Amino acid sequence: MRLEPKPAPSLGATLLYPVLAVAVTLGITALLVLAAGASPYSVMHLVWKGAAGSQFALLETLTRATPLIFTGLAVAVAFRAKLWNIGAEAQLYAGGVVTVVLGTGALPLPAFLLIPLIMVVAMAAGALLLLGPALLKTRFGVDEVVTTLLLNFIVLLFVSMLLEGPLKDPMGLGWPQSSRVIAEAQLPRIIQGKRLHYGFVIALVAALALWFVMKKTALGYEMRAVGHNAQAAAFAGIPVNAVLMKTALLSGGLAALAGFCEVSGLKGNLTLDLSPGYGYTGIVVAMLAMLNPIGVVASAIFVAGIFVGADAMSRSAGVPSYIADVMVATALLTMVVAILFTRFRLRWK
Amino acid sequence: MSPVLRLSGITKRFGALVANDAISFDLARGEVVALLGENGAGKTTLMNILFGHYVADEGLVEAFGKPLPPGDPRAALEAGIGMVHQHFTLADNMSVLENIALGTQGLWGWKLDRKGARQRIEQMSREFGLAVDPGALVGSLSVGERQRVEILKALYRDAKILILDEPTAVLTPAETDALFATLKLLVAQGLSIIFISHKLNEVMAVSDRVLVLRGGKLAGERATADSSRGELAALMVGKEVEQASVPPVEPGPLQLVLNAVSTARRGSGQSLERISLSLRGGVITGLAGVSGNGQASLAALIAGTEAPSSGEMIVRGAAVQEWSPRAALSAGIARIPEDRHAVGTIADMSVTENVIAEQYRTPRFGNRGILDWRAARRFAEQIIADYDVKCPSPDSRIRLLSGGNMQKLILGRALDPEPAVILANQPTRGLDVGAVGYVHRKLIEARERGAAILLISEDLEEILALSDRIIVMSKGRLSSASQRGERSVRELGELMAGHGMEAA
Repeated sequence: MRLEPKPAPSLGATLLYPVLAVAVTLGITALLVLAAGASPYSVMHLVWKGAAGSQFALLETLTRATPLIFTGLAVAVAFRAKLWNIGAEAQLYAGGVVTVVLGTGALPLPAFLLIPLIMVVAMAAGALLLLGPALLKTRFGVDEVVTTLLLNFIVLLFVSMLLEGPLKDPMGLGWPQSSRVIAEAQLPRIIQGKRLHYGFVIALVAALALWFVMKKTALGYEMRAVGHNAQAAAFAGIPVNAVLMKTALLSGGLAALAGFCEVSGLKGNLTLDLSPGYGYTGIVVAMLAMLNPIGVVASAIFVAGIFVGADAMSRSAGVPSYIADVMVATALLTMVVAILFTRFRLRWK
Repeated sequence: MSPVLRLSGITKRFGALVANDAISFDLARGEVVALLGENGAGKTTLMNILFGHYVADEGLVEAFGKPLPPGDPRAALEAGIGMVHQHFTLADNMSVLENIALGTQGLWGWKLDRKGARQRIEQMSREFGLAVDPGALVGSLSVGERQRVEILKALYRDAKILILDEPTAVLTPAETDALFATLKLLVAQGLSIIFISHKLNEVMAVSDRVLVLRGGKLAGERATADSSRGELAALMVGKEVEQASVPPVEPGPLQLVLNAVSTARRGSGQSLERISLSLRGGVITGLAGVSGNGQASLAALIAGTEAPSSGEMIVRGAAVQEWSPRAALSAGIARIPEDRHAVGTIADMSVTENVIAEQYRTPRFGNRGILDWRAARRFAEQIIADYDVKCPSPDSRIRLLSGGNMQKLILGRALDPEPAVILANQPTRGLDVGAVGYVHRKLIEARERGAAILLISEDLEEILALSDRIIVMSKGRLSSASQRGERSVRELGELMAGHGMEAA
């Protein structure tokens, strides 16, 4: 058994592979559901209904997809330049902290000034958080996988300290949570009375903007060149380290927007369960999208749908909602294999 | 007498490409067969099939009358086939003895029988003129010595058939002669040798029989004694090749001057030791030398990827301060890198994306950070047309191009801004005869236009054919320059081996 390289895949093949990966994922999940003693068909049906079967379900899926689009974009842009940012989780929390620091009444500004200001500062905070690992990588060759991953734990503990101390809500009955953001710092809801907020629109704009950057600008060209072959890029005069720095700033900033939107659009305050691992799930989202910014939107909605649908399903079918984690993890593995097959073909002997 | 090796009807396809098309030949005991062909003719594929790295789609390989199971390098080794690859497969941090004996003892063996191994190696060294110290660390050996270790490694495994892939590419003329003497001794002992090369004079010197591959097919088979260089070259290319002629040009102004420049030592590479060099417009300066003597550092210095640690560098009259690839480009230096796969191009990006890599920041290809892909595509189409690059479209990935077409793209990209200085580092290595001629013509055209050209090459014939003046590099230093025809090949060889450099 061996792998042989093959020429560039066609557009059709590029679209086919994620579909195949999803199909294989569903097959494997079906087997697990069988093992849990339930009918795969009815479980899948319940997941589908829970994720997209009603207006409520669909809006819930899109709400859940919003932070995943941001973290997915953050990972996609970094991975494109082969900067392995595993720290989107920490950058997300950095955005959340900035949102409650500036948005709980410290700045008495009207909404049209306050919200953009918070967004910019949140992005700067996320960007700064990734700047350290990026500098360590370009200056000393320190592996950014390790530094960004470990920063996640440091930042989470730091947030925990803030929530027990300076950011603790005096009216919070002792819970480790921040005060609620003021009305001027809240992203409005798209439909009155529903949870979906304008953060989703910002996420779509961010995806389009990133697509434009990657496709049309010199910076996007530089990032792709550095990612494909840093040595050749450097030889041609592309300033590799500067490009990696810009990539880090962009990636960290995008991940921080996920935290801003969750606090400002949905939760209203900062808690330690702001993110159930959106930063890590962003890696799956980006890989499923094969790092394409537009694809990230689709894959974020898909992954969010699995989570939302599995929650609904577990309530009625009695299969644990952990099946969603298994599905998403399986999807990542099958996608990695699928990506391998876009570049190589398998030969038996 | 039955042949020691017989290939019958070997066919190998890669998608639509037929890399080997029904190739058959025999190898007799004690015979040297040269496998001659341009790059991409199918030599390497054929040898990879023979050695079990690839599985042929059709055909059979027989060694000593028994069929070899396909796709099994171990079976090939056991059948007595040894291969010396172009890029050595030795562990630098182990001794010669350990490298040679590695893998010959059982996995569960108690310990290496050092004494026995050493005796055998020493005996083989003496017998075949392969002088090398079994105790020496491979990392400390010269390239020629490493090649001897590779040959000893094959012999230690009782190879009866030895395949040498472009063995002289890394050797000085003297080392090449020594290798040929060794091959004669081996053949006298009954070994059979397949000698892969694209250098005609070596093939003429060493082989009994020549097989010429062209486009995956066996284009011809000749007894060396009954053939001529011209005939073989014609078989190889399919047409008569003409040598590039270098018309006289009046030397122009000084374009690049190095004054006692040194570079920092980095890793195992040779650094520059206070070298001085001046390049004039309209002059091709050939830099001869065995690879690994500082050519890489000199090339990196001029290309902008390395800065001088001391000394002075003057480009077109201005002393260099900040030095980077971008600075080199804007100073008017065109660079043709040694490794077109890893450094010259980005394999997974398109032709268009690759040709703009040195100019994408200029107004020609964009405005305020937004790239003008239409202009980029037009530029790619222009290079494809002007330089006769064979590729499906400007959108195809570089990976799918042959080495020659890749090099034409790099030439197009580098020569487009009409550079004042051209650094051509191994510009024709691994290219077929047709592409070599093309690259040479382009360099000569640039010289007529008044460019100062530094040609770094391991191919002495290429240096002799193109250069107006020749300098030899050895151990990070430069010899004095000699004019065209002033020094003989023998004198150059002496300098390449490091003799007489101090006097220079």
